[in-house]
Amino acid sequence: MEYEVVIGLETHAELSTLTKLFCGCSTKFGVEPNTQVCPVCLGMPGVLPVMNKKAFEYSLKSALALHCEINKFTNFDRKSYYYPDLPKNYQISQNYYNLGVNGYMTIEVNGSTKKIRIHNVHLEEEAGKLIHPEEIGTNYSLVDFNRAGVPLLEIVSYPDMRGVDEVDSYMQTLRKILLYMDVSDCKMQEGSLRFEASISLREKGSDKLGNRVEIKNLNSMKAVIKAIEYEVGRQSKLLDRGETVARETRLWDAVTERSERMRSKEEAQDYRYFPEPDLLPVLIDEKWLHEIKGTIPELPLDRKLRFVEVFKLSDYDSGILTEEKVFADFFEECVKILNRPKAISNWIINDLLREVKDRKLDIHNLPIKPKQLASLIEIIEKGTISSTIAKEVFSEMIQSGKNPHAIIEEKKLAQISDESLIESIIEKVIATNPEAIEDYKKGKKNALSFLMGQVMKETKGKANPKIVNELLKGKVGV
Amino acid sequence: MKHLELTSLQIKEKILSKEIQAVDVIKHLFEWIKETEPNVQAYITTTEEESLRKAEEIDKKVKNNERVGLLAGIPIAIKDNICTKNLLTTCASQILKNFIPPYDAFVINRLKEEDAIIIGKTNLDEFAMGSSTENSSYKETRNPWDLERVPGGSSGGSAAAVASNLAFMALGSETGGSIRQPAAMCGVVGVKPTYGRVSRYGLIAFGSSLDQIGTLTKDIKDAAVLLQVISGHDACDSTSAPVPVPDYLHGIDSGINGLKIGIPKEYFADGLNTDIQKAIKDALGIYEKLGAEIIDISLPHTEYAVATYYLVATAEASSNLARYDGVRYGLRAGSEGGIVSMYCRTRSEGFGNEVKRRVMLGNYALSAGYYDAYYLKASKVRTLIKNDFDAAFEKVDCIICPTSPVPAFKIGERTNNPLEMYLTDVYTIPANLAGIPGISIPCGFSREGLPIGMQILGRYFEEKRLLQIAHTFEAETNFHLKTPPLKDPRWCRG
Ligand SMILES: [Zn+2]
Repeated sequence: MEYEVVIGLETHAELSTLTKLFCGCSTKFGVEPNTQVCPVCLGMPGVLPVMNKKAFEYSLKSALALHCEINKFTNFDRKSYYYPDLPKNYQISQNYYNLGVNGYMTIEVNGSTKKIRIHNVHLEEEAGKLIHPEEIGTNYSLVDFNRAGVPLLEIVSYPDMRGVDEVDSYMQTLRKILLYMDVSDCKMQEGSLRFEASISLREKGSDKLGNRVEIKNLNSMKAVIKAIEYEVGRQSKLLDRGETVARETRLWDAVTERSERMRSKEEAQDYRYFPEPDLLPVLIDEKWLHEIKGTIPELPLDRKLRFVEVFKLSDYDSGILTEEKVFADFFEECVKILNRPKAISNWIINDLLREVKDRKLDIHNLPIKPKQLASLIEIIEKGTISSTIAKEVFSEMIQSGKNPHAIIEEKKLAQISDESLIESIIEKVIATNPEAIEDYKKGKKNALSFLMGQVMKETKGKANPKIVNELLKGKVGV
Repeated sequence: MKHLELTSLQIKEKILSKEIQAVDVIKHLFEWIKETEPNVQAYITTTEEESLRKAEEIDKKVKNNERVGLLAGIPIAIKDNICTKNLLTTCASQILKNFIPPYDAFVINRLKEEDAIIIGKTNLDEFAMGSSTENSSYKETRNPWDLERVPGGSSGGSAAAVASNLAFMALGSETGGSIRQPAAMCGVVGVKPTYGRVSRYGLIAFGSSLDQIGTLTKDIKDAAVLLQVISGHDACDSTSAPVPVPDYLHGIDSGINGLKIGIPKEYFADGLNTDIQKAIKDALGIYEKLGAEIIDISLPHTEYAVATYYLVATAEASSNLARYDGVRYGLRAGSEGGIVSMYCRTRSEGFGNEVKRRVMLGNYALSAGYYDAYYLKASKVRTLIKNDFDAAFEKVDCIICPTSPVPAFKIGERTNNPLEMYLTDVYTIPANLAGIPGISIPCGFSREGLPIGMQILGRYFEEKRLLQIAHTFEAETNFHLKTPPLKDPRWCRG
């Protein structure tokens, strides 16, 4: 039978505030266990939470970017469950009045766009981390509470995705949006961006939803895709055999690439939600909302489409340029200085991105400024240096942060266009390579390129290739 | 008992005038504690050495004419559910039997800033859940007026300590009457401020939307000065109110001429002890004589208050007490058999029956399918009770009624009937649900010689007015001056 796959995603993104959601502890990643804790985030008796306004604003910003309706009255609720990484054995989250509801995000798949509806966006606190000792035979676990209380944004989609390509685009697009708005660093390897998928199958053409299976422990986008593919296979086999799919939660194992049942629907936890009495409701007025709206940048997909339209760049190049906000900004800054979008785009995509990758540069602290790249391109266009030399200059610019003019001056890289000088070099080259002239006369055309190469070698690549070519042709009598 | 019967303000005056040294007050006090504490059993922890050290510091300041705080040298007892840095804080529970907080509650910081001397931590019903202090897992606090009776609760240790001069003043906490009710039963002054008046930071939570720290003192002026010190906004408590704190002592004796006192008929119904009824009636007579107008009012939703309270308070408690799991602090009753066994064993051994009962009730009220019928419904009734008070305060300036329907009862008399025990808070609970302030002051004695408390309730943040009203009565009467007959050999149980 042919099935339609129905997929919804739940996304957790740690917000990149300096301090935790309900206390003043730092959120820095990767420090000594339990060094960023205080009575509040350890859930000591008698402590009270105080909301981090920045975290709330980041959430609001994200909800707006996802076209959510904003609840003018929101509050926090306690979600109760026992787990040793959860200091109070309840998580301060939102349930009854989520800050954002009924939104959507536009994704692009195979050149066409699709709206994936967002059920809700809400803010909650992160749990700590359990550490299980590696030695065999130990009978204890440790808990690191550094992460406990870090603000966590949860984004719940409707089950609007119909295949892994849509899921992939959803994840990429959402990640890009969060990065663009600078609300999360979205580092999946550090756990600051996580996904959970719910998957069901139904007969093609049917509008009834099948039994839903939730998959947890998806530590990379690759794992999400693999787990969905595995789950689609598992469910269709069951359905083909006439069996029913059990509503359950499964855990993905990235090593074996299989999932295992974690708990059935009957074992589902009762979270006993109720309004958090230690925090006041948050009332959102128009003025605040307006302020937050003003901080939302143009989102990646919109920007990409604009680049295609305004700068006449290819869809592919625009996609790469807008992948990271930093480079899209860099591009636009350059274009403002020098109106050569295509050349600038090429330099960024072919050279800047490569240097960033090779040298593992911090993209938020690039050694080259848009103005510097613009002047390099200008110099090339004036013919002061060849494009080959330009690559060398660019590399030097990245390394030293110097202006291209200074580098060209210092290393005497300016192109030699003095015809009499070039002519004397050509004569010298011909004199030392008489056999090449012979070869050429015998009809070996590539002997000319050999001579050309020799001239360039003599001039350390600085001779103007156009002039060399013309003079050389004259000398050998073409 | 040199000077120990004086009020806090009187002893402070003597210390400041160098008539007596703070060190000597502490010495005398601890002699008295050694003699009397075995009978009363008000304290879980006392801090003699630290108190002496602090007293020396204050004497030195006084000697050098340095500036001293508002509570300079006053020995104060703290209910053992308020966190004190480096000082055992048990909540009268086995689950916190070894818990030494790494921080001070907001109110403790304030007391220290004003040079009070914290002399010990007082007994209470475990996690403040109870009305008699019998639910303590440590000791049985007795009523100083009759050692076979309970001091009331849950701030029974603080009330008994102040009543028997084992402390000059004390902090307590209320969720449903836990300051006013023991104050009434022990014959002292108890103030429950408006919800939000005093920061809850460091008060070990029971029912977060109801909990409030308050005072237990020998008279109204002491209450005024202590309330002055602990009130005010605290950035660490989101529910603490940014409302300015007036000078509570200033104009405290400005009288009550023209005062409109509301008498809610629902508070004088069946079940009210006749001695108490008479004492309140007499007290109203005094107010009338002093120029007040007595007006009959109705608070129609009063009958739902106890039921509402036991849903809201237990629901919040079930969640607040979830953190006691043996993972990070407090009791861990063995870790064999995995984490769930550890949780179960720790909580089974660590909590007493009343706490378990309320945690179960609360979890039930919050569970899926019941939330709307119980917690949500209770929240709505709570609003109706609030509206009752709002409507009443349109007509009257304050409400006067009994604090407790009965005087102190015998130890063990009500422990087997939780419902009967819960009903002793019937008159105090509505104020907690509404969040309004209330004071209980001594207004007479029963035929058995047990103290009777009168409760004055007021509008939000009108503590100052309540103190004035209470002070006017106190100035006319001597009930607050009587001290319990602790020396009577009948009560000395060796
Ligand atoms: Zn913290």
